[in-house]
Amino acid sequence: MMLPWFQWLESSGIGNAIRLSPWAFAVIESVHLLGLAVIGGAVLLVCMRQLGVGLQRQPIAEVARETYPWLVISWVIMMVTGSALFLSEAVKCYYSTPFWVKMTSLLLATIFTFAVQQRVARADETRVGPMWQRVVALVSLVLWFGVGAGGRWIGFSG
Amino acid sequence: MSLLWFAKWLAETQWSIDLHESLYMYPLVESVHVLTLCLFVGMSVMLDLRLLGLTLKRVPVSEVTRRLLPWMTVGFIIMVITGAALFYAIPVRSYQSIWFRVKMVMLALAGVNAWIFHSGIHKRVVDWDLDAVPPRAARVAGVCSLMLWALIVVSGRMIAYNWFDCDKQPQPHWVNVAAGCEVPPQ
Repeated sequence: MMLPWFQWLESSGIGNAIRLSPWAFAVIESVHLLGLAVIGGAVLLVCMRQLGVGLQRQPIAEVARETYPWLVISWVIMMVTGSALFLSEAVKCYYSTPFWVKMTSLLLATIFTFAVQQRVARADETRVGPMWQRVVALVSLVLWFGVGAGGRWIGFSG
Repeated sequence: MSLLWFAKWLAETQWSIDLHESLYMYPLVESVHVLTLCLFVGMSVMLDLRLLGLTLKRVPVSEVTRRLLPWMTVGFIIMVITGAALFYAIPVRSYQSIWFRVKMVMLALAGVNAWIFHSGIHKRVVDWDLDAVPPRAARVAGVCSLMLWALIVVSGRMIAYNWFDCDKQPQPHWVNVAAGCEVPPQ
């Protein structure tokens, strides 16, 4: 049902241009990887702090607030470069299970991080117990791991 | 005995062949290598950004280094082990890859940069621990680290491409020299 749509995306101007270039995919992929390092760092610092390790002497709210701009910047870089990579091989992605795992995880991880994790992390620490901070951190880690592992595995499939 | 000879010898060992031909082990090792990027390079980036005064400005620099270094060390060890395994699976082609060579040089430079930082300006960290924007020497170390690790990540990714492989001749002369290709004289 969605296949014609994916075929149309792949034949779009951007998709074609990337596919026809010998180096465009490699360059965009590299920027995607650099974004991965930054978003990984931003997510990990908050999750680890919620788990009671890493910057454990700082308030959770401060770690969340201070890393937030980098989370947003790297998320945008990931979306832009990821979309470009997707456009160049949309049909391959359509048939790739890891791609769908990644997209599902990405949707959930994004909603959870921005709507739940950030709020819980910035909430009054007397109001939200350490147990909940830990649960939130673990859910976030699992979801983002799904995004990363799914993403890496798109390249191995097909 | 040359390094190329050593790479060829490695390639003949059974474990290298097994890893190269494995259906899941090689992709698995590579996935661990890539995802550990988040732990090692991710934390390194955050530390560098602190040195530039771009995040965690109210957290003492010594606190950031003390709390993150153990995790970065764990990440680095995983990176080296998985990276060595990836090299071991494809030794000759990796050894003759200009990207791999660039990556190794940059890794050495990143090591030098870290050593200069830790044995230099970081020794006097008590004097500037709470500065929102650390002194120039620390900022320079941060920028160098960010650039070197970016180059390491990018050149590492490029090893996968065969544009400059020795078996793809003709290559420009400088590529053959830089990659150490054994090209029969024309």
